[in-house]
Formats: sequence, C-alpha cells, structure tokens
Amino acid sequence: MIDVLFFAGLRETLGDGTALAWRAGLTVRELVAALAQREGAKWQQALQDEQVMVAVNQEVRDADAVLDDGDEVAFFPPVTGG
Amino acid sequence: MEPTIRVQQADFSVEAESRILRARGGAVGAIVTFVGLVRDLDGAARVDGLFLEHYPGMTERSLREIATEAAGRWPLCDVTIIHRIGHLRACEQVVFVGVSSGHRHSAFTACEFIMDYLKTRAPFWKKSLDETGEHWVDAKHTDREAEQRWRS
Repeated sequence: MIDVLFFAGLRETLGDGTALAWRAGLTVRELVAALAQREGAKWQQALQDEQVMVAVNQEVRDADAVLDDGDEVAFFPPVTGG
Repeated sequence: MEPTIRVQQADFSVEAESRILRARGGAVGAIVTFVGLVRDLDGAARVDGLFLEHYPGMTERSLREIATEAAGRWPLCDVTIIHRIGHLRACEQVVFVGVSSGHRHSAFTACEFIMDYLKTRAPFWKKSLDETGEHWVDAKHTDREAEQRWRS
C-alpha cells in the first residue's frame, strides 16, 4: 500500500490523506491519475495544480519518482514558513 | 557539528539561545542571530495572527539538512534553528536562527543562507488570520529568487 498525506490547503480540500494499492513500477504521476480517477474532479483539480509539491518518504521528489510498497507520499502547496 | 533543531509551540528566549551558542568555547569569534516575527500588517490588512502548520518528521529532517548544508559551505562552530508552530499572535516570535563561527563573514552569510533555504524548503505553511477572515499565505517569488542565488 501507499500512504498518501495532504497538508495545508490541500488537507482542507481533500482531507488528511488516504491509501492506494501499490503495484510494481508505480510512479507519482500514475498515483495522482489513479487517485483522480477514483475520487473525481475535485481531486484531479487539486492534485494536478502545477504548484503542488510532492514528497516521497519526507523528501521532495518529482512526478517521475518510482514508488516502493509502503512509501509515504505527501502532497502540499509551496511552503511558506519562516 | 551537530545542529540544534527544535519545532515547538512554545516561545523561545533569544538571550538563552545566544548564551548556549557562546558557551561552546574559544573557537567562536562571531555569533549571528536572526529572529522572525509575525507582522501585524499584510499589505493593507491588519493581521491578528497566524496559524502555522507543518509536516512532522519531514520538518525536522529538512531543517537538519539545511543546517548541515550550511556547515559544509562555511566553517561553522554551531547552528541552532527553532521554528514555532500552531497559533501565533501578531508581534510574536516565529523563527530563530543562530550561527556561531570563528569569524563574522561566515556567520552572517550562513545565517542568511539558512533563512533563504528554510523559506523555500522546510514544510511549514502559514494561514493568516485578519479582519477579512483566514487565508493561506501564498509563496513569494522573491523567496524563490533569494534561494536560487545560492546555487550559482
């Protein structure tokens, strides 16, 4: 399984997170497409915003990153700390 | 160098943190500290306060990586990064960066580098609470530009 987490504005729109079945070779881009297909237009719009950042196991990665079973994948808007 | 990283709701004492940086010994010739505060004005809107959300685990890891990167670029004795989370009122302290080094140039430069990286890499998000309601603060392109100049 892949653990999916959302933060800030995305968390308010989509909830704290969800889970999705893993398969060999699954990329972040394919994960987003699978979530959009399962959950509908609101998720598609929120996750395919080009500003959205993704972290895999707490490190920032891009949409081509290949996932392993058990990975934690977080989606969030550009950071605004400091 | 093992940096001190703290992510906390509680306030911090600049004096106490500076004293800790001083206590490291005779190699320290310079200490630079930065404190970020909650502004009470954002453009024309009066800001009552902020809510700061973060990504527990990744936040600490990210701050540690930034401190380690700084220590690889400049000869630093010590680095302390403290970032507050949760509800903060206008004029409260948000972030502390303290850097000690043998000489002032590396301390000044590393402190600025750490803040520029923190602003664009550490997973914190600010929600502004003002007279018009509450809204997530947008990332600034000037922060992105400030981070990018360290790459050249």
